[in-house]
Amino acid sequence: MSLTLKRVVLRVDGETHIHETSVELAARGFNILLGPTLAGKTTLMRLMAGLLKPTAGEVWFDGRNVTAVPVRRRRVAMVYQQFINYPHLSVFENIASPLRVERVPATELRSRVGRIAELLKLTALLDRRPAELSGGQQQRTALARALVKDADLVLLDEPLANLDYKLREGLRDELPRLFADRDCTVVYATTEPVEALLLGGYTATVEEGRITQFGETGTVYRRPMDLATARAFSDPPINTAPVLKRGNRIELTESVGWPADGRLAGLADGSYTLGLRPHLVQPARNTAARADWVPIEGRVSIAEISGSESVVHFEVQGRTWVSQSHGVHGFAVGEIAAFKLNVARGLYFSPDGRCVSAGTA
Amino acid sequence: MALVRLKGLRHSYRQQPKTDADWAVKRLDLEWADGSANALLGPSGCGKTTLLNIISGLLRPSEGEVWFDEHDVTTLPPDARNIAQVFQFPVVYDTMSVYDNLAFPLRNRGIAPADVDARVREIATLLDLDAMLEQRAAGLTADGKQKISLGRGLVRSDVAVIMFDEPLTVIDPHLKWRLRSKLKELHQRLGRTMIYVTHDQTEALTFADQVVVMNEGTVVQAGTPQELFERPRHTFVGHFIGSPGMNVLPATFADGVVRFAGHPVAVATPPRTPPAGATLEIGVRPEFVRFGPDGIPVRVLKVRDSGRYRIVETQHDANTIKLLIGEDQPLPSDTAHLRFDRAHTQLYADGWIAS
Repeated sequence: MSLTLKRVVLRVDGETHIHETSVELAARGFNILLGPTLAGKTTLMRLMAGLLKPTAGEVWFDGRNVTAVPVRRRRVAMVYQQFINYPHLSVFENIASPLRVERVPATELRSRVGRIAELLKLTALLDRRPAELSGGQQQRTALARALVKDADLVLLDEPLANLDYKLREGLRDELPRLFADRDCTVVYATTEPVEALLLGGYTATVEEGRITQFGETGTVYRRPMDLATARAFSDPPINTAPVLKRGNRIELTESVGWPADGRLAGLADGSYTLGLRPHLVQPARNTAARADWVPIEGRVSIAEISGSESVVHFEVQGRTWVSQSHGVHGFAVGEIAAFKLNVARGLYFSPDGRCVSAGTA
Repeated sequence: MALVRLKGLRHSYRQQPKTDADWAVKRLDLEWADGSANALLGPSGCGKTTLLNIISGLLRPSEGEVWFDEHDVTTLPPDARNIAQVFQFPVVYDTMSVYDNLAFPLRNRGIAPADVDARVREIATLLDLDAMLEQRAAGLTADGKQKISLGRGLVRSDVAVIMFDEPLTVIDPHLKWRLRSKLKELHQRLGRTMIYVTHDQTEALTFADQVVVMNEGTVVQAGTPQELFERPRHTFVGHFIGSPGMNVLPATFADGVVRFAGHPVAVATPPRTPPAGATLEIGVRPEFVRFGPDGIPVRVLKVRDSGRYRIVETQHDANTIKLLIGEDQPLPSDTAHLRFDRAHTQLYADGWIAS
């Protein structure tokens, strides 16, 4: 069950919606499309499903060119952000509807609906109408309908976005499990980097109508190929700052610098952009900040304390840095505070945005 | 600005409420200090929106009173209460400029043009809207429009209280960070009484100094984010706040010793003798569980990577215990032992903290 986009392009009224994209999704895997709203995630899904025909390029499924095959002749299931159920049908009939279309015999239909309802904890609700369900139950009904029909390709377009925080947490846990032993390829769109990480599998970062990188989720997060990918895959947003490599030193400001040794030794002298995720910037007084990290001082502009962690914004020479740390660390707005940078884990980008060095671990 | 007090408040949508379940908001007393940043946090259907509508005057409570400072406003309609509200979806006039949108609530109240201009420009600067004041609102992105909604809520300097109803739900994560920080900054600068209603713990905990957690029409805990995190009064708070939520494990109590599956567990404060027949549970957050050389024996079931740390799911008999470990910390294979941080381990009886 492999899905491949080969040099796919989509133009609408002369405007390019999807730039030339080639990607081979993980067969039977959980594939995530990660990117902000309007990046092109839904459009890519519609191209994969056959709901949109590419302007150029081909869509291959299981070694077969399906570019011209209409969606109804493919085995595709789709779940949207808005729960879509038939309001006049019971939960049972909602789930059974795709099987009725396929004229599945009654006994088989009952057992398949029963099995999927059990899996999604809907058994007790089968006689109810959608309006009598909570949001989470309605979305589970929509998911059950997508799962019951043994599709080859399941497309989930931000399916948890409209749910309460805690429901989202629960379903996010269940979803990869649900698909673990099914013979289908799953594509899941989200705007949230942490959601992508927790779901695991493979991730394609999507920015302005193109896939910037595709690979194993942890790898894309830790070894982004460019600045766009690093930005798309960081929540809170990644800190970036210009640095200068001169001889055996990296200089951030006149007074803040560190040795350009190890992985940095081979870099040519010149300007780079340093990318440092907020958890790699720690308050100096926090025990998590190690002695060998690089000290820096700044004026605190915002301190957000959430009970379990502190997010502190501070200014250094007109540039805002964000530090994210475990525990409660109180700071007064306006105070000059000391922080430490774990530069060993920093990402370095050349002026054209390519990542030229990624930290260890 | 005002001190907001709810006295002996109760509300039911039914004509003649009989059972406990008929009350959307069960009897409660609450007080929000003048100039404070507050959140009302809970799942859908917990009663938080009912409470919000009672404060704004859209709903008359079945029982009890609403006071702003020394005034009983219980019977006053919304427009006589002097409040500002920001909703989940932007409320802007598409045909007006950004400037006129911000000026509208002021002009509406007959404020002198010079004062209107000064206020609009001040708020626009705070929200980084200066450059687009002359633009028409119609052409703006969703977050741009929501910023205008926030601005309209904040522009009047005479409001008693500003209420936010899930204001960031429709915003992308990156912009959410920016707007959330902005709101926090605005509160710190303007010092108005603000009440922020949400189901999203991150938003509630980062914005507010005081958080009221609601479930099934009752206030289960009111406290600072730190209190809610470190010492949840009820297992619901432990579960609802934190991601993943608190581990809740079956417990026994005899001869002054709390045990889980036969293993003694040290808890933060020596528990009172719980009522006979109460269901006893130990609550400990994944943040306060560590691997150790000895302790509760477990099997490692699953590891999930969240970037900054890993969520490890372990099992002892039929009980799942989750813990968090740093991304560079080593992970034991297969079998291991767990230790709970005593200062953050609590005993609960029938859901409520027993110490």
